[in-house]
Amino acid sequence: MNGYNFAYLDEQTKRMIRRALLKAVAIPGHQIPFGSREMPLPYGWGTGGIQVTAAVLGPDDTLKVIDQGADDTTNAVSIRRFFARTAGVATTTHTAEASVIQTRHRIPEQALREDQIIVYQVPQPEPLSKLEPSRAETRRMHGLAEYGLMHVKLYEDITRYGHVSISYDYPVMVGGRYLMSPSPLPAFDNPKMDMMPALQLFGAGREKRLYAIPPYTRVTSLDFDDHPFRTTRAPHACGLCGARESYLDEVVTDDRGGRLFVCSDTDYCETRRAEGHVGTELAV
Amino acid sequence: MTQSAHDETLLSARGLNLRFGNVIALDNVDAELWPGEVLAIVGESGSGKTTLLNVLSGRMAPQSGVVWYRDAQGHLADVHAMSAPALRALHRSDWGFVHQNPRDNLRMGVTAGGNVGERLMAQGSRHYGNIRQEAIDWLAQVEIDASRVDHLPRTFSGGMLQRLQIARTLVTHPRLVFMDEPTGGLDVSVQARLLDLIRTLVRRLGIACVLVTHDLAVARLLAQRVMVMQAGRVVEAGLTDQVLDDPQHPYTQLLVSSVLSA
Repeated sequence: MNGYNFAYLDEQTKRMIRRALLKAVAIPGHQIPFGSREMPLPYGWGTGGIQVTAAVLGPDDTLKVIDQGADDTTNAVSIRRFFARTAGVATTTHTAEASVIQTRHRIPEQALREDQIIVYQVPQPEPLSKLEPSRAETRRMHGLAEYGLMHVKLYEDITRYGHVSISYDYPVMVGGRYLMSPSPLPAFDNPKMDMMPALQLFGAGREKRLYAIPPYTRVTSLDFDDHPFRTTRAPHACGLCGARESYLDEVVTDDRGGRLFVCSDTDYCETRRAEGHVGTELAV
Repeated sequence: MTQSAHDETLLSARGLNLRFGNVIALDNVDAELWPGEVLAIVGESGSGKTTLLNVLSGRMAPQSGVVWYRDAQGHLADVHAMSAPALRALHRSDWGFVHQNPRDNLRMGVTAGGNVGERLMAQGSRHYGNIRQEAIDWLAQVEIDASRVDHLPRTFSGGMLQRLQIARTLVTHPRLVFMDEPTGGLDVSVQARLLDLIRTLVRRLGIACVLVTHDLAVARLLAQRVMVMQAGRVVEAGLTDQVLDDPQHPYTQLLVSSVLSA
């Protein structure tokens, strides 16, 4: 597109972000400050993720953008179109065809490969933010690997509710060293981050932090020996494709209590339907 | 005293000096603490008691002088030359700090059990059931009913908060505990119970203690040795009974004679 540098950001800015990304990859899970720029979308809509994507995108890449697993929601559509126009890259909705995937709140159901990069949009990079208000102090805690406080939070949850009540943004330890916020992923997706072949990059635009998980890195969700980490999903099959393993969205369909459970990953659902799987809602 | 006994000191300080502008907080202070011993630092407000406690515990650096700590393996370490992680690890495990105001130390939004368990979790305990059981055991030791384990500290009375703070501090079996006016701000009957509790726990667990107090009665009840401070200097030091029954320095004499007796 005329008047814009490739992928919107100027080359110096992209270089600065890449330098921060290299640092982030070198220290898995550690938050690296970077000079976050104003982007033509509001904070909270993925300003961090979009800058990381702009920095890693090349002319030969194929981009996929998902928002809560869906390819067709406002955030996903507008970011995908943004890069189609400013970088002229190919875009896709198929997980397998994409080389760069920018995501908000989900990891695709289909396993990622070594030649793919997944970019997460992160609102709050600091996993200890709700427990310790001082950033100076949380930095010190990261530096000294003092993470007892996070377990106090889990202890309180089990004491009050009988189980850990964190359903998204469930804290993880990366490479046995750094405590990391996995962005507001459902805890269901946490196991997918462990030993993932793809490079995982995280960008928080408002908070001006980047972090990363290199391929094949140990990512463990915090837990107690006698209260091991467990994932939860709605105990239903997808109404459209009948999947029983995927993460489901609950959709209210009328004002008489009608509801539909469907895969949150739209590409996964469509692929299954194309393969001939049919859920109860479509069979009628 | 023989050389070998001298070698056994848990904590020793030599020539500590610290000034805040024109105010001399510490003036060439020496101090020694043996394992299992309770040392009281007494003196009036502004005499440098709390500053000395902060310097001994590594929370504040002196302008000159050195503080040695002997760890469980017998190695001597200069507290102020230690790396920050090593010092923090020491504060989490071997040492404890009891504040005058328990709200400074406790997490008011976390249950009593979570408060007691925090140091265990910081040391790597990862078994919920064991942490909880240990917390309940410690609440019993500080005479808090086990049914309060899931209650928030804000529902506790002042004396209970102070006892909860002590449980939270002692749960990791520290070798050395620093106490800053542990009975300050409590009414007299609660003070008496708390002093009794501290004395019992310290004796039974063999914990060494540096205790700052302005209350000579507290010093007499808990401490084997006492140091009297005035304007940043140690004016008199010795066995508690000796110093309090036969004070030599005019300031100590004044302090002892000014105690009200009912």
